[in-house]
Amino acid sequence: MKREKKTKRIKAVSVSFCTLIYLFLFLPISVIVVNSFNATKTKPYLSWKGFTFDWYIKLWSNSSLLGAFANTMVIAIVSTILATIIGTLGAIGIYRYKFRGKGIINGLLYIPVVIPEIVIGIALLTIFSKVNIPRGMITLILAHVSFCVPFVVFNVRARLAGYDKSVEEASMDLGANRVTTFFEITLPIMAPGIGGGALLAFTLSIDDVIISYFVNGQTKTYPLRVMESIKSGVAPDVNALSTIILLGTIVLVALTQSDILKKVKS
Amino acid sequence: MEKSHSKHEWRANTLPAMVMVGPVTLVLLFLVVAPLIFVGIMSLCKTDEYYNVVYDFTLVNYAKLISPDYLKIYLQSLLIAFFTTVICILLGYPFSYIIARTKSKKKTLLYMLVIIPFWTNSLIRIYGWRTFLGSSGWLNSLLMLLHITKEPVDMLYKTGTTILGMVYCLIPFMILPLYTAIEKLDTSLLEASSDLGAKPVKTLFEVIIPLTSSGIFSGSIMVFIPCLGYFFVSNILGGGNTDVIGNLIERQFKSANNWPLGAALSIILILVTLVLVKIYQKLGGDMDSLGV
Repeated sequence: MKREKKTKRIKAVSVSFCTLIYLFLFLPISVIVVNSFNATKTKPYLSWKGFTFDWYIKLWSNSSLLGAFANTMVIAIVSTILATIIGTLGAIGIYRYKFRGKGIINGLLYIPVVIPEIVIGIALLTIFSKVNIPRGMITLILAHVSFCVPFVVFNVRARLAGYDKSVEEASMDLGANRVTTFFEITLPIMAPGIGGGALLAFTLSIDDVIISYFVNGQTKTYPLRVMESIKSGVAPDVNALSTIILLGTIVLVALTQSDILKKVKS
Repeated sequence: MEKSHSKHEWRANTLPAMVMVGPVTLVLLFLVVAPLIFVGIMSLCKTDEYYNVVYDFTLVNYAKLISPDYLKIYLQSLLIAFFTTVICILLGYPFSYIIARTKSKKKTLLYMLVIIPFWTNSLIRIYGWRTFLGSSGWLNSLLMLLHITKEPVDMLYKTGTTILGMVYCLIPFMILPLYTAIEKLDTSLLEASSDLGAKPVKTLFEVIIPLTSSGIFSGSIMVFIPCLGYFFVSNILGGGNTDVIGNLIERQFKSANNWPLGAALSIILILVTLVLVKIYQKLGGDMDSLGV
């Protein structure tokens, strides 16, 4: 009897503790969502003046913000595709072939993961300016590829750990050549690892502030555009755009949920 | 005979290995190794009166690193990172323990709820905190509404606020490895411990925590190191009063325009990272648990 009471109490404490943590995690997001419907017109756009959709309508005429968002998406999509191809080939190649310098490559892959982003950012900035690559879209994409590739390699490699090479040998014995075998046998088996790696690369690219801040030149991404206006007070159309992006991501994930759930479980 | 064998070897091994590993090697060489080496070179360079980099050997940048102003900020930065890491462990450990031990189907949902907030850009979320804590923000409005205070309380630009922002940004990197470590924990060991008469507290400190220490170590690395560089958190919430090493570097590249000095400051961060990673490996940490 006493024990049952105690278990109940532990459970109540656990549930309330977790609820508080979730509140903490969601608090700044709810501020953004609520303020995107706030009818206030004066800086710093904080006090509640009633409900409105105005900021969503204003957003459509804010070409600099929408342009910055388009940049973010282009960079994320292009660098995810490049990083996924380079990372997948690399992971399979490193796993399968013996060659000199393999240990070095394996070690180098950890650098972008552990070194603070600011160091990667300024390192790329200095080398881009030394070899005179004008800073903009190209340098942003190169930078994003560089920090996404290791994460794709790690994801694909985790999948390779339980990989049975004999299916490839069987395919070749049955007359398929190396390239056909790669596309018809190896890739489909790797698909969940590749998908997980690509999703992670996309998320990292979209979330990046620090590295982009140093290599962007005049090309602004969406967070960089926000950074510029933070001191003077960010107009609520930024909140509207952030809310739309959040909803979009949740829908996207809900649609592809089965894959993600599998990934989380494994 | 010999020749055709080597030709076969080329087609069967060398060529495919080059095609597959070549691109990733190029990325690592040109976008990771070369830039970092170049930072090292730049840290030894001079600048002319217009702050252009002059490729002339000097140690003057390293001499500047030990100025008392800078030493104060290194210490402040290490303290902020330390407290952030400790708070992340104290909040993250029980939280991860509870969700990793949830038996129902809700478990996956609870896990996803940790990740969803991080799909909004970190800068935007930190801005959300600024809005919440500002003098006309929600928290102050609430406090005044409840007559707890008459005047808005100044909550921004304090070290505590910067630590709050750091904890907020970095806590998932503590929760995720802890969750993985706790999920692997064999429950029969806990039962054995309690069957043998150990009190819950004893079981916690002598069984549970030692067996999940790998999660604590990798989480701490993933929280402590980025914390030294997250200049935008202390910019937005600390407003220049709570600089971390990242702010010093950022200023050299974006406003003071002394790139060689910024490069020398970056070398400090690289060294700190290497030392911490070495300690992590000495403690038996696995590098692969650091990749998110």
